[in-house]
Amino acid sequence: MYRILAKTTLTPVTTEYLIEAPEVARQAKAGQFVVLRVHEQGERIPLTIADYDREAGTITVVAQEIGSSTLRLKSLEVGDSLASFTGPLGRPTEIEPDGTVVLVGGGLGIAPIYPICRTLREAGNHVIAIIGARSGELLFWEDKMREVTDELIVVTDDGSYARKALVTEPLKELLESREIDRVWGIGPAIMMKFVTLTTKPYGVETIVSLNSIMVDGTGMCGACRVVVGGRTFFACVDGPEFDGHQVDWDLLLSRQRYYVEEEQRALELFQQSSQQAESQETSRS
Amino acid sequence: MTNRKPNQIPRQPMPAQPPEERRHNFDEVAQGYTIEMAIDEAMRCLQCRNPRCVDGCPVQVRIPEFIKALRDGDMWEAVEMLKDKNSLPAICGRVCPQESQCEAECIVGLRGEPVAIGRLERFVADWEQQQGVREPEAAPKREERVAVIGSGPASLTAAGDLAKMGYRVEILEALHEPGGVLVYGIPEFRLPKAVVAAEINYLEKLGVEIRYNVVIGKLYTLSELQEKYDAVFLGTGAGLPIMMNIPGENLNGVYSANELLTRVNLMKAFRFPEWDTPVRVGSKVAVVGAGNVAMDAARSSLRLGADEVHIVYRRSRDEVPARHEEVEHAEEEGIIFDFLTNPIEVLGDENGTVSGLRCIRMELGEPDESGRRRPIPIKGSEFEMEMDTVIMALGTRPNPLVFSDAEGLERSRRGTVVADTDTGRTTLERVWAGGDIVTGSATVISAMGAGRVAANDIDAYLREEEQPWDTERAAASA
Ligand SMILES: Cc1cc2nc3c(=O)[nH]c(=O)nc-3n(C[C@H](O)[C@H](O)[C@H](O)COP(=O)(O)OP(=O)(O)OC[C@H]3O[C@@H](n4cnc5c(N)ncnc54)[C@H](O)[C@@H]3O)c2cc1C
Ligand SMILES: Cc1cc2nc3c(=O)[nH]c(=O)nc-3n(C[C@H](O)[C@H](O)[C@H](O)COP(=O)(O)OP(=O)(O)OC[C@H]3O[C@@H](n4cnc5c(N)ncnc54)[C@H](O)[C@@H]3O)c2cc1C
Ligand code: SF4
Ligand code: SF4
Ligand code: FES
Repeated sequence: MYRILAKTTLTPVTTEYLIEAPEVARQAKAGQFVVLRVHEQGERIPLTIADYDREAGTITVVAQEIGSSTLRLKSLEVGDSLASFTGPLGRPTEIEPDGTVVLVGGGLGIAPIYPICRTLREAGNHVIAIIGARSGELLFWEDKMREVTDELIVVTDDGSYARKALVTEPLKELLESREIDRVWGIGPAIMMKFVTLTTKPYGVETIVSLNSIMVDGTGMCGACRVVVGGRTFFACVDGPEFDGHQVDWDLLLSRQRYYVEEEQRALELFQQSSQQAESQETSRS
Repeated sequence: MTNRKPNQIPRQPMPAQPPEERRHNFDEVAQGYTIEMAIDEAMRCLQCRNPRCVDGCPVQVRIPEFIKALRDGDMWEAVEMLKDKNSLPAICGRVCPQESQCEAECIVGLRGEPVAIGRLERFVADWEQQQGVREPEAAPKREERVAVIGSGPASLTAAGDLAKMGYRVEILEALHEPGGVLVYGIPEFRLPKAVVAAEINYLEKLGVEIRYNVVIGKLYTLSELQEKYDAVFLGTGAGLPIMMNIPGENLNGVYSANELLTRVNLMKAFRFPEWDTPVRVGSKVAVVGAGNVAMDAARSSLRLGADEVHIVYRRSRDEVPARHEEVEHAEEEGIIFDFLTNPIEVLGDENGTVSGLRCIRMELGEPDESGRRRPIPIKGSEFEMEMDTVIMALGTRPNPLVFSDAEGLERSRRGTVVADTDTGRTTLERVWAGGDIVTGSATVISAMGAGRVAANDIDAYLREEEQPWDTERAAASA
């Protein structure tokens, strides 16, 4: 179960996985996520459902390698199986025919906005997407995104590819020049915060997907607590999507950092053990 | 030995790891009787003709019978007597609140200390487990399929009983391990996971299929299960943590007890970094609440390296709801109890991390609905304690996730499912429920008992002995 059917390197730090999970695929909707364990001793990590194919019975996830679990995931090969894979979790994106919508995907955020763009478009919206990354080599799925949007704007922070700008710049231009009905911003917390600051003066509803630290993903532990509009919510069951203008960003950012020391330790340990494994490989051959 | 009078034998103490040692490890604290101790303790039982102890047990375990068999050295007979009513004795012997159930009623306890029924139960059950996994008797197979949602004690019991009756049983569990609270909540040092694993192993031998990572309400809805299966048992417990709603509760370093215990027990964070999941408790920890969950969180914190652990409880020692043994063990290990103290704010530092707990002193007033004296804050008695971790152990409610698309399933105001206590039937046809999801957080033995009641009624229903479905009846038991 939960076999990796395909694995594609998208950028030097992001990998796409096609996973055999027919039951999850049957129910998956845009905006939802899965919680998986890479190996038996592994932690439960949440990843957004970046795509699903009900007929083929597959789920696509895209992971950025930032620590031990995502690096260990990358070390798996096609044909290997995950230790566990639970989903679909969280509430699906609320899809309505709003008119003209803008979806902003920063860095890894491109993956989660893809299925939302597709579904919004199927519901009859005019879909504009802005995707951006620090540099051109970190950008992915440009072609795939073009297929599910009416307009696609590509930017990089350093100008190494396409237009040199932060994602908020074209967003502001759109808000200035066009009637925009709703905005989605998905990516690192700090980027989402700036997207909401950009839309705020225009009074345009802005949805964000909160990536707080999770354990079970089913509402049982409260690790994922976030504050929205002064009230506490469990992001895994009440979200992950919330009204971005109401989010307590400082709290989210601080709670995301709680385990940095432990994460660093786990990362070093993982790197040591994979180096050892490698040097044993080379000495044998 | 045999010619000693029962009343001349003292209650046999439970051998335990010394407090100094055990506060640094997750190994089981209580180590179990030797055969000599067990027989001596069994001798203390008067074999009452009208055994009051049995009335004290929520499932009426045949206490004098199993104790007699043990005393006579007929161990298999003891096992059989014990398991006639209790399918999880190795677990109940360890975690039942005996002092308020069977042992509270024991006649010997009137003039001295009651017979240690729980410890004897554990002894017999452990003996059985040491014999290796039992080969279950093959029951005549039946065609009907039963879905059992969740894998806590209610579900394990229902599944086991139904499988023995020959039904095709599937357990659908949200997490990646079976056992419910027995595995993610109650720590290893109180209930070794190997004890639970042995029960699971037995269920699998009975032919029960266990499917993990299946979240009902998400992957399948209750109404889909109703269509696919002949009967559905809902045993999803009460897993949603209650928070206090005081300022500072979302600071880094504030955990629900569920989070801390899940990280430690299910995810094995006490073995980080060999296991990937981290957990962090600082040197000074406050646990709010005084139930079993609070004791488990406090004692786990100690074992994770905290120097000073407080139990902060708004009532007094007399109202502490935890098992006596756990409170005793916690005190021996050096846990500090702050009674008549209620937190009003969690204090934080500039990084958004807990730095202290602001509390107010309480006094006891008139008894409230629960019959316990109501704690009232004493004006002007606020004070601060320095802390770097705060754990909320204030209780839990049923997790509503399972109820999406469960129209017609009646629930109480507290979010529990309404079910007929005699049958387990809910207001939804062919859906039974039992355990914490019906009662709110209760006990392992009551969950087990509810699982058994439901299994019997499912059998009666599927054999068409107890039909039709009377929705009114379930609703009446609300
Ligand atoms: C709803 C949701 C959807 C997500 N979708 C994606 C996605 O599609 N692709 C992707 O690459 N990442 C996604 N993430 C983030 C991803 O879960 C973390 O990057 C991953 O857990 C990091 O694990 P690690 O061991 O590799 O890194 P670590 O070194 O353990 O952690 C690095 C950082 O990741 C975050 N993190 C760590 N553990 C968790 C956890 N259990 N839950 C959430 N965040 C954690 C923390 O902020 C931490 O500082 C999502 C998170 C959430 C909550
Ligand atoms: C820390 C702690 C210590 C305790 N100590 C004691 C003690 O010493 N003595 C005692 O008698 N009692 C104790 N209790 C209480 C006792 O454990 C519970 O009353 C008992 O476990 C309830 O059993 P249950 O079968 O109803 O549910 P649970 O044990 O809660 O099991 C429910 C199961 O359902 C699963 N589930 C939930 N939602 C879904 C879903 N949507 N789909 C699929 N599966 C789902 C859960 O993952 C879980 O595995 C303690 C509880 C805790 C938390
Ligand atoms: S099941 Fe619990 S209450 Fe009943 S006899 Fe055993 S220990 Fe006592
Ligand atoms: S009441 Fe006490 S003495 Fe009497 S049968 Fe029960 S355990 Fe034995
Ligand atoms: S991750 Fe545990 S409640 Fe949300």
